[in-house]
Amino acid sequence: MTWLLALDHKRVGILYMLSALLFFFAGGMEAMVMRAQLAAPNLKLISPEIYNQMFTMHGTTMIFLVAMPVLTGFGVYLVPLMIGANQTALPRLGAACFWLQLVGGVLLYSSFATGAAPSAGWFSYAPLSEKPFSPGAGVDFWAFALLLIAASSIGSAINLIVTIATERAPGMIMRLVPLFVWMTFVASIMIVFALPALGASLVLLLSDRLLVAHFFDPSQGGAPLLWQHYFWIFGHPEVYIVVLPAFGMISEIIPVFSRKPIFGYPFVATSTVAIAFLSYGVWVHHMFAVALGRNFLAVFAAASMLIAVPTGMKIFSWIATMWGGAIRFTTAMMFAVAFLLEFTVGGLSGVAFATVPVDWRLTDTYFVVAHIHYVLFGGTVFALLAAVHYWFPKMSGRMMDERLGRWSFWLIVLGFNTAVFVLHFLGLIGMPRRVYTYPNLPWFGPLNLISTIGAAILVFGILLFCCNVAMSFFFGVEAGDDPWNAWTLEWAAASPPALQNFTQVPQVRSRRPLWDLKHPEAPDWMVS
Amino acid sequence: MVFLVVAAGVIWSVVRFRSRGLSTTEPRQVFGSRKLEILWTVVPLAIVTGLFIVTVRAMVLIDAPQDSDRPSDLVITAHQWWWEARYPNGAVVPWDIHIPAGRRLRARIESADVIHDFWVPDLARKMDAVPGRWGYIWLEADKPGTYAGTCSEFCGAQHAWMRYRVIAESESDFEAWMRYWKPQPNNEDDIPGSPVPLAVRLFADKCSSCHARTATDESSSGKGPSLAHLASRETLGGGIMRNTPENLMLWLTDPQAAKPGNRMPKIPLTDAERTTILGYLESLR
Repeated sequence: MTWLLALDHKRVGILYMLSALLFFFAGGMEAMVMRAQLAAPNLKLISPEIYNQMFTMHGTTMIFLVAMPVLTGFGVYLVPLMIGANQTALPRLGAACFWLQLVGGVLLYSSFATGAAPSAGWFSYAPLSEKPFSPGAGVDFWAFALLLIAASSIGSAINLIVTIATERAPGMIMRLVPLFVWMTFVASIMIVFALPALGASLVLLLSDRLLVAHFFDPSQGGAPLLWQHYFWIFGHPEVYIVVLPAFGMISEIIPVFSRKPIFGYPFVATSTVAIAFLSYGVWVHHMFAVALGRNFLAVFAAASMLIAVPTGMKIFSWIATMWGGAIRFTTAMMFAVAFLLEFTVGGLSGVAFATVPVDWRLTDTYFVVAHIHYVLFGGTVFALLAAVHYWFPKMSGRMMDERLGRWSFWLIVLGFNTAVFVLHFLGLIGMPRRVYTYPNLPWFGPLNLISTIGAAILVFGILLFCCNVAMSFFFGVEAGDDPWNAWTLEWAAASPPALQNFTQVPQVRSRRPLWDLKHPEAPDWMVS
Repeated sequence: MVFLVVAAGVIWSVVRFRSRGLSTTEPRQVFGSRKLEILWTVVPLAIVTGLFIVTVRAMVLIDAPQDSDRPSDLVITAHQWWWEARYPNGAVVPWDIHIPAGRRLRARIESADVIHDFWVPDLARKMDAVPGRWGYIWLEADKPGTYAGTCSEFCGAQHAWMRYRVIAESESDFEAWMRYWKPQPNNEDDIPGSPVPLAVRLFADKCSSCHARTATDESSSGKGPSLAHLASRETLGGGIMRNTPENLMLWLTDPQAAKPGNRMPKIPLTDAERTTILGYLESLR
């Protein structure tokens, strides 16, 4: 009951994370159903309609009910602690947004009960998503649920923006905030500017479906491409919305376990802003296969390539942070290092898609599936796993088991890369995505089988990780306030923090206030 | 290349800078290096600039002009879930597309319902088929051969089975195929005045509201693929099954079992009628 009415940012944050975990199981099961159906050519385990529901729900779930809520959860939990505040600025809004999000998720999943879960894809391209081609109620459920979730995301983003703007401890000017806070700040601003485009397009779609409007109906003067423009001007910033906070986590974890400050803080922070700006000018790279005209496409190709520069700067900064350090290989650090390599794979295949002629061959093939999974799983999920191992002691007061952690790390790395790396090859040899089955062409069967086996290994890894979390919560070693000998303010609070996070906030004169406390002989504010 | 640089950096750091033992002294605290940071901004910038130039050049080479006075040599229409090609001489050909090898054709890609995508990896760029819009591609095969094609934009229940072939032939073979596909009307089986066979009447009654029966048949609505020369096809339903009498019979008895979700309703037919129609379809060579 106290949890139902919780306003405390730590409880709201944990509620976000738990609901994301619940939906992660649902989305994971959907993925496994698909991988089972694709394990061999011409299988008939499920009907095409069910398969289409599976990938629609998998994509929608993982983006809107897992990635965004879990990152919001970490943001809501950690931001006040990291800036030396006792609460978010708008606690009631924060709590309301969580429940709105949950209602949206439950509404989306209740569509299964109608027998017609949405099956037009997580991108629901018109006119396939219009009434004549998707007559069931699934798309209506989908659109209404996403409207609620979009409203919730905007609300929670506003809460985080206001918190970071107004609740910082004395002395913590914006140039001194931890990078996780900075990147959450930028991502939250992006949410406020990107999600309304989604909301608007959903209203147009619902008008078409329920009020017989014709926004996307070409036979009545509507434009199917209008939907794509709306959706991707939301959809591409969305990628960075779920990647930037992950960058922030990595930017906290790598320095602590390398025992060095982040290399080039101003560049890392500024490149984040560059990514945010550029991400609004690249959406047409999702539409390169449409006949839009060469010059038009070239502009978006240029912007899409440019975005690789600030992203690359971050990767080099993280490597330079490790360089010359004294690296401690905790499970958290191992996930962070794996993130670096996997995200680079995803980033480079992203540059391939910015190269228009390559896109003309590979878009909508399994190469894209490989790309997004290297970015969102190899990137965001690996960063999240690192973050759970890193901040679990703060949230629970107990350490996670390192032996189990190592086992789950290797299983997840092996499973993920086996499942997804081969998808690059499948795309290159011509397997289109979103097909419920495929003919017995050379290599199609074996490569798909390898991917399915990898996915099964990944499931074991994830389950082992969950066991570790549950067991450590009850039986873990007491953590103490600062188990990693870290430098940001959250480690000055108790583990787990009391309702009032801080009785006294340490003095902030640099980006590493706790380093300054521990090293009075060489504090950062004197050196840097 | 870039990946190797990054991977080398990561692995070297990880191996070389592992913490040894329980030393309590912290490593040297380095906060950054403006020179290095500018270097790894400028070098990638130069790389993507070069890449952009190469990209634009390749686009110009590959892409057909979208606005041009040249009429299209071929109009390819995507449907849920089948393809249709129309030739300048009026031939309407479902599924497999025949082209003359060595000639660069300007093909117009369009859609009759939702968004599809025309994709023959070995011959042409992808082109989305968007309802209400036209997209043009160069379709060209250097030498005769059979090239696999498929739909590459999710388009509903049977997106998986929109597989077709582009068959490139020498000029003379292509001419011969054209004559075979679209004979002059006086070669047709239903010469005015002669008694109409039962099978043709049945077809007109049960099938022709959606399907054409010959290459010159103008009576159907085009809701379904033309069945002209059906018996000469290798597969049915976009590759979902081989073209055998048993499989064809399945379409007549239960189309939804043949290709779940497709737009063909179950047609009420007696066993005798089915056998007659099957025999007729098998005769359409």
